[in-house]
Amino acid sequence: MSLTSSTIGRKVAMALSGLFLVVFLTQHFTINFISVFSAKTFNEISHFMGNNPLVQFVLQPILIFGVVFHFTMGFVLEIQNRKSRAVQYVKYKGSANASWVSRNMIWSGAVVLSFLGLHFYDFWFPEMNYKYIEVLPLDPARYYEEMTHKFHDFLRVGLYIISFIFLALHLNHGFASSFQSVGVNNKYSSSIKKFAIAFSVIIPVGFIFIALFHHINSL
Amino acid sequence: MNLTLKVWRQANAKAKGNMENYSIADISPDMSFLEMMDVLNEQLIGQGIDPIAFDHDCREGICGMCSMFINGEAHGPDRLVTTCQLHMRKFKDGDTITIEPFRALAFPVIKDLTVDRSAFDRVQQAGGFVSVNTSGNTQDANAIPIAKHDADKAFDAAACIGCGACVASCKNASAMLFVSAKVSQYALLPQGKVEATDRVMNMVKQMDEEGFGNCTNTGACEVECPKGISLENIARMNREYLFASLKG
Repeated sequence: MSLTSSTIGRKVAMALSGLFLVVFLTQHFTINFISVFSAKTFNEISHFMGNNPLVQFVLQPILIFGVVFHFTMGFVLEIQNRKSRAVQYVKYKGSANASWVSRNMIWSGAVVLSFLGLHFYDFWFPEMNYKYIEVLPLDPARYYEEMTHKFHDFLRVGLYIISFIFLALHLNHGFASSFQSVGVNNKYSSSIKKFAIAFSVIIPVGFIFIALFHHINSL
Repeated sequence: MNLTLKVWRQANAKAKGNMENYSIADISPDMSFLEMMDVLNEQLIGQGIDPIAFDHDCREGICGMCSMFINGEAHGPDRLVTTCQLHMRKFKDGDTITIEPFRALAFPVIKDLTVDRSAFDRVQQAGGFVSVNTSGNTQDANAIPIAKHDADKAFDAAACIGCGACVASCKNASAMLFVSAKVSQYALLPQGKVEATDRVMNMVKQMDEEGFGNCTNTGACEVECPKGISLENIARMNREYLFASLKG
């Protein structure tokens, strides 16, 4: 099967990369949530994640590939889909038969992608600079303080909150939809959908809580 | 009922079309939408205007010929009906109704509201069949035991009339619901399993070559399908395609 040429191959690839990112999101959320309870544990885990060779040189490149693949394929599919209807309807009542989130995945995805740019600027680029460009000495206790410092600025927290709302919208359709794409539509689908919708609310709301928690603590 | 109709007029496949406004009076709420179109055409002929070309045949919801995108929806605002089964009582006196042809790269306009849906025929010809020996010793299909559940699912899929409402409704002009219904109706039956691998590979290949879009699981096709074909069929086709690909 060609993952790049057939419509089904592409949607399966899109679904699998999306499910992979959902797993990553869960792991990211778990670590961040720990920061609410224990700065020490958060520092320990962050230090491990930031310096373990397997995480840094195997898992991190796989994750970056997954992210780049997901949004690149998203744009490729969007362009192809727009070409499939060269002449648009004068009147098209999309809301009559499909949810807003399902019809606007490209826009919710674009907001999340823009957020990734800000997130990389805030955390990933400084981290790469610290470790691999300036090669500063190891400091296992710096992570918590670096994070809380970023959340002092309410404008940034506001942008994070808006992004997490769009992440929720993106997950609301995308998570359950990926199961359909890989061929899972059976007696468990209703439960899968309920779980996916709960996930799409709990994780983004949790991220918003973490950002607000550290912002309020920094005041 | 007195109505204003905004109708897509296009002289031929190469002409540039545009929306034209027509007023129509004394329409009975009990008329079907196509009967209302017939009245309009009588009126246009009387005025020396070229009547509006639109597809129709059986006028009882079986053939799948009548198309039309009415007020932003395939086959209009009613559910589980084709345009010929849509009644004027679904509209109100004084309404303005927008009528357009089904839009998709793979469904080019022939004239006015008629579109060329032969892309579906080519997809069907690529694998939507069971090869049987017709020399006279064909086994009676009823001699093969089939689980009721599978027979029902196959029948549900086979109810697809190939009208193209799924393509017309999908924001991506995807034909996945149609193709998956055709794949499913055979995949579920023992007679269809022998050629299952080639069938799904060839039909999906042809579907892609026709220029239909990708499925993004919005579910619009299922809602607008006059025969209630389920999204479950698309998941089944995806599975069939994955397994067929792995088999090589």
